[in-house]
Amino acid sequence: MKNKYSIFSLIKNAFSYHENWQKAWNDPQPKKEYDAVIVGGGGHGLATAYYLAKKHNMKNIAVVEKGWIGGGNTGRNTTIIRSNYLWDASAGLYDHALKIWEGLSQELNYNVMFSQRGVMNLAHNLQDVRDLKRRTHANRLNGIDAVYLSTEEVKKFCPIINTSPDIRYPVLGGTLQRRAGTARHDAVAWGYARGADEMGVDIIQNCEVKGIKRNGDSVEGIETTKGFIKTKKVGVVAAGHSSVIANMAGIRLPLESKPLQALVSEPVKPIIDTVVMSNAVHAYVSQSDKGELVIGAGTDDYVSYSQKGSHQIVEGTLNAILELYPIFSRMRMLRQWGGIVDICPDASPILSKTSVKGLYFNCGWGTGGFKATPGSGDLFAHTIANDEPHKLNAAFNLNRFVSGDLVDEHGAAAVAH
Amino acid sequence: MSQNLRVKSSNFIDETSRISFKFNGKTYYGFKGDTLASALLANDIHLVGRSFKYHRPRGIMTSGSEEPNAIVQVGNDKAITEPNVRATEVEIYNGLEAKSQNCWPSVNFDIGGINNFLSPLLPAGFYYKTFMWPASFWEKYEIAIRHSAGLGRSPTKPDTDIYEHRYIHCDVLVIGAGISGIMAAKTATKNNLNTLLLDEKNELGGMTIYQNSEKFKIDNKISSEWLNDEIEELNKLDNLEIKTRTSVAAYHGYNYLLARENLTDHLSKDEKENKVRQRLLKIRAKKVIVATGSLERPLVFNNNDRPGIMLSSAVKKYADYYGVICGKNNIFFTNNDTAYESAISLLKKGINVHCIIDIRENSNSSIVKEAQDLGLKIYWSHTIVDTHGYKRLKQISIMELSKDGQSFANSNKIVLDCDCLGMSGGWTPAVHLFTQSGGKLKFREKDQVFIPNKYQSEQVSIGSCNGDFELDEIIKNSSDILKDFLKIEKTGFDNINVETSKETSKKNIWLLPSDKIVGKTKPFVDYQNDATAKDIKLALREGFRSIEHVKRYTTTGMGTDQGKLGNMHALGIIADTTGVKMGEVGTTTFRPPYTPLTFGTIVGRNVGEYFDIFRRTPMNDWHINNNAEFENVGQWKRAWYYPRGNETMYEAVQRESKATRESAGILDASTLGKIDIQGSDASEFLNRVYTNAWSKLGIGKCRYGLMLNEDGMVYDDGVTTRLGENHYIMTTTTGGAANVMGKLEDYLQTEWPELDVYLTSVTDHFATATIGGPNSKKILNKLIPDLDLSDENFPHMSFKEEKIGKINCRIMRISFTGELSYEINIQASYGKSLWEQCMDAGKEFNITPYGTETMHLLRAEKGFIIVGQDTDGTMTPIDLQMDWVVSKKKYDFIGKRSLYRSDTMREDRKQMVGLLTNDPNTVLEEGAQIISELNQTPVKMLGHVTSSYFSPNLGKSIALAVVKGGKNMMGKKLFIPMEDKTINVTVVDPIFLDKENKKLNA
Amino acid sequence: MFLINCPYCGERDQSEFKAGGEAHIERPKQPTELSDDEWAEYLFMRKNIKGIQFERWNHAHGCRKWFNMIRDTSNDEIKLIYKMGEKPPKG
Repeated sequence: MKNKYSIFSLIKNAFSYHENWQKAWNDPQPKKEYDAVIVGGGGHGLATAYYLAKKHNMKNIAVVEKGWIGGGNTGRNTTIIRSNYLWDASAGLYDHALKIWEGLSQELNYNVMFSQRGVMNLAHNLQDVRDLKRRTHANRLNGIDAVYLSTEEVKKFCPIINTSPDIRYPVLGGTLQRRAGTARHDAVAWGYARGADEMGVDIIQNCEVKGIKRNGDSVEGIETTKGFIKTKKVGVVAAGHSSVIANMAGIRLPLESKPLQALVSEPVKPIIDTVVMSNAVHAYVSQSDKGELVIGAGTDDYVSYSQKGSHQIVEGTLNAILELYPIFSRMRMLRQWGGIVDICPDASPILSKTSVKGLYFNCGWGTGGFKATPGSGDLFAHTIANDEPHKLNAAFNLNRFVSGDLVDEHGAAAVAH
Repeated sequence: MSQNLRVKSSNFIDETSRISFKFNGKTYYGFKGDTLASALLANDIHLVGRSFKYHRPRGIMTSGSEEPNAIVQVGNDKAITEPNVRATEVEIYNGLEAKSQNCWPSVNFDIGGINNFLSPLLPAGFYYKTFMWPASFWEKYEIAIRHSAGLGRSPTKPDTDIYEHRYIHCDVLVIGAGISGIMAAKTATKNNLNTLLLDEKNELGGMTIYQNSEKFKIDNKISSEWLNDEIEELNKLDNLEIKTRTSVAAYHGYNYLLARENLTDHLSKDEKENKVRQRLLKIRAKKVIVATGSLERPLVFNNNDRPGIMLSSAVKKYADYYGVICGKNNIFFTNNDTAYESAISLLKKGINVHCIIDIRENSNSSIVKEAQDLGLKIYWSHTIVDTHGYKRLKQISIMELSKDGQSFANSNKIVLDCDCLGMSGGWTPAVHLFTQSGGKLKFREKDQVFIPNKYQSEQVSIGSCNGDFELDEIIKNSSDILKDFLKIEKTGFDNINVETSKETSKKNIWLLPSDKIVGKTKPFVDYQNDATAKDIKLALREGFRSIEHVKRYTTTGMGTDQGKLGNMHALGIIADTTGVKMGEVGTTTFRPPYTPLTFGTIVGRNVGEYFDIFRRTPMNDWHINNNAEFENVGQWKRAWYYPRGNETMYEAVQRESKATRESAGILDASTLGKIDIQGSDASEFLNRVYTNAWSKLGIGKCRYGLMLNEDGMVYDDGVTTRLGENHYIMTTTTGGAANVMGKLEDYLQTEWPELDVYLTSVTDHFATATIGGPNSKKILNKLIPDLDLSDENFPHMSFKEEKIGKINCRIMRISFTGELSYEINIQASYGKSLWEQCMDAGKEFNITPYGTETMHLLRAEKGFIIVGQDTDGTMTPIDLQMDWVVSKKKYDFIGKRSLYRSDTMREDRKQMVGLLTNDPNTVLEEGAQIISELNQTPVKMLGHVTSSYFSPNLGKSIALAVVKGGKNMMGKKLFIPMEDKTINVTVVDPIFLDKENKKLNA
Repeated sequence: MFLINCPYCGERDQSEFKAGGEAHIERPKQPTELSDDEWAEYLFMRKNIKGIQFERWNHAHGCRKWFNMIRDTSNDEIKLIYKMGEKPPKG
């Protein structure tokens, strides 16, 4: 049993100068065989392992990670969490996740700092207004706490937004989901890793998958830089690198991996107390507990695995930020970085079995995967354990690209992040 | 306070020009040339700020952009105040106001300082382990955490300054104007290469420019004199552009670099007036020479953060360059020769240096000898184990190190008085830009530095950023590298005589031992974020192995200085603790920008009205003069409605639409996309891009076309007219024009290059006035009396090329309202004139200008869709009940195959229908959801209302909607569940008015 | 920021171009003959290669011509640019 984290354990350990804290997770060598192997030690992969162990009693499992856990998009995103999606399938999926977020710190005994400071989406033209109202109605009927705000209400909720009617893209209104917010991204990966490790899951870092071994239509194991690992079930949660793994298994995915950039400002005292997103002018901003403005930029339009994007994307984003928040002109960009996001044609994820028995993919989250982390892990674990999707992820199968039953979140002008 | 801490030896400070400034509300004086840091030090002020977590008193540590501690809020004007400015980078000017940050009520007495006493409870990552109970309290804890975090304060009013961009293309970009940068710039320029030289400081010459030691000579001159001469020569060269106060922020691929040129921050308020504050240089260089120098390392020991503890090179620079004495009782602490240079420089100015504490056993380099000859006491093999003094360093305790450097030779502790400690842990090459560009580093064991190894683009690193620290090596190696890189025979520096003091002994201990257990010490690694060596050790103990994990868990290197000082120590401590070789630990990624970059600079002029262009039609002035309200559609400003007097939008739209149906209305349709299509395969091309057939369309006829995406979903629509055998003009939606053009070009160039078709976007070439209504024919007749407007000569869906006055125009008899209607296209420059002529001619018929809102209402009455409003990228033409426009005979068109997939053929897809409310006065909300049964959970939503209006012509509310299986629901009662009520509706045909199209031919 | 050598205009900044995804996916000549699976393969499935990728680019804010590019997606190094309709080099 691991140390339980609390103020009391902190005080107790202070007396021994914090020399006696246990490892949050171990650093094992891979065993020869597992009941299931999760490829990818990001938030989604670690959550999948956690729920496989916790809810499906699969303890002889491993997570293999090419680099260090939480080092991909988990540690590179702008941490927005919300569930105000338009389509029923998406709303079901993301609200399932949001409900888990609400108790996650306590469940993991790890403070993931889920901060329900609300997420506002802004409308800048009449079609935005129609779309946001449509979404708000759908959210309400799906039991999601979204409300539509007038321009004045937007201003009241976030006074620093420039709501002058004379700006280039005036704010015509917005929506607010109060239960939405942000969380501490690293903590999510670390908390799940600690929880999974405690239940016996092997978390194997610096272990890159080099091949998927198949016997006919079934999975037999994976080749890694730490040797062959035998297993009948492989759950791939490799985000931007999903296609690379799929190619190893000889299957094709409808994905493109593109650069997505984000940036933070230098830290300042509290100035914006919510998350504001604007699709039309493409600006997303919140403020971290540390005081940095956290700003999400857009994706580039080309495939790249270099974790670098083009400057024009950052410039465009900051143009939009200053349009909405002219007071931020003298704030300074402290750090800027890129991630690789795997994007589906319908901007919805894939949580699905494949044509290969025992091979499952959890990918295609595009720019918005972080918010789904707990729900995604839970539902993917269900799918792997039962070899059948849960009803909440049934719509996110691979066959939809053949049959045409897409869950088209961008076509429907729902916001991406 | 008097300037009692100045020495009269500086060439860089203008002591005749006294400057007054305020710090924390009190007025001080400095000289022209001072930074805020040097001026404060001259006034004996070390305590400048408080640290992020423990609120420990902190002073000025460095003299450059790597400063972690001395960061201040500059200015108190709400619009132009600036947080987190490094005092070491602020050039003082009259009227400068600065204050300490992150402290309350003052930097001298800061309540937050209590955190320092709570620090045993606040180890790395403590917040992950607590604040979880009770669950609902996190938000309350968070408020407290947020208020104690953050550093300075954001402005609260819009910035009044101007920023701009400049593009520069050059043959050679040299970054850094220290000795090697000067050599590079001169060499490149003399070889006829168009060269740009940038330096972040206000003067050229780097550290050498104030190097007055006789030990360092070039060409028999003291190195600073030699460099001065070189710079003078440089200034005479033509091919060279030099920019100071210019910091390279980012080095992207393909030698694309961003630099920030600071133009006015050093000027007083009056001098700043109306000038551009900062300029972002977007540089594309054929070759880049990185000469960014190196950063002195601090040493990591217990309580190494007190005000008065500085880098040894900073102590030297303040004395040599600014003429400022940092302490009356100076001690240096070092593991290399650098501190000796500083100590000697101070001694020669008559400044007291008590001793040097050196962790090395000994050294016989000439500079050490010189120090010894000057009588300087040296404590070999000693280390500092603790320091004393809360708000200013007062004393240090030192002990003799054991042979292995991990413990002590004996238990003797010597306490020395000291108010300024200059420390030197060696030098770290500034490889930040190199790695940003994709370069790969290698680790050099002998002096424990990462240096450039593999370059990703046409670039090279020279000087100390390339790991050359000795003067003779810098000159020789830089010269050799330049020859190779620029492919030249000689540099002019090939056979130059250099005298230098060679370092003969090296020793490095990343974490110096203390006589206390680590848990009781505070050896800071990241000063700003208060990350200590014990935090790093705790992270390792808890299983965080990767440097990235340690960095994130301890926040080392995440401050506004991005770990310029401490990152190497973090790596070293990890390597030592885990027993891994340092080169194998790897480095964290240096992310751009090198120093924080102002948002305003990145945005430049693209603010306010320049954020994005507005496109306006030729009739725009008329609309403004006639009280139009505008709607933004894409980039266009479109007239939305024309209120008269106090009319609301609703009233105006009711009036406009009634007038149009009863007599005549006029719409500015200039924004519709127009694509001119020519070529012998034009008809075949249209066959392939539209869902319906085009080959048989007669010349002079018009046809409605629907365009799909390859996935079968409706993409765009519009009327296309056949102007000639091989000539069509296509119209698109306003918002879709550019995308349609792009898509058509794509198919034409990449899939069907064999087609003889030419596309030209002519949207802006034509202005379009649409006159509609029963009297439109009479109005057109007045405009063109000779034209036979009979249905035989000019039937619906046909086109005439005519003249209005002397001006050619294209007239299409087409209708989006269901009324008899003519769309008159004229050369754009005559648009306003055309509009005015239409208004004149229509006066007797009460011709009424209407905007987009009335247009939407009128077309909804007829059940015409608007792509983007009634469709959302998930609707097929079949879903829209527009089967009539989909050719069954054509073999193929874009998107056809997708219509025959199992899910796109389903009968229960959402389909376009009309809705009537039971109460004809209730107008539905667009976007409202539709259900068939009340009190369901979960609620089964069938679709939503896409368009909804009160129709004055029908005297009732009408709506278009998409409903699952709607096609087979005619007459069915459905419900619209609103927040406060449920509205009853009936499914009807989406064509509400004149289904027989009688009006078109009225 | 790439520097792209447009085959018609010469070297231009990346901001003038738009990327158009994987190259050499020919639109089926007889779509109606394809199964739903085959059509989905054309429509949606992509190699999404990490490494040497053949792709389409358009000089959107220039000559508006489409052309092909071979690029290493792992480090964004442009290897070769050739005109639309030209055959990709072997190997």
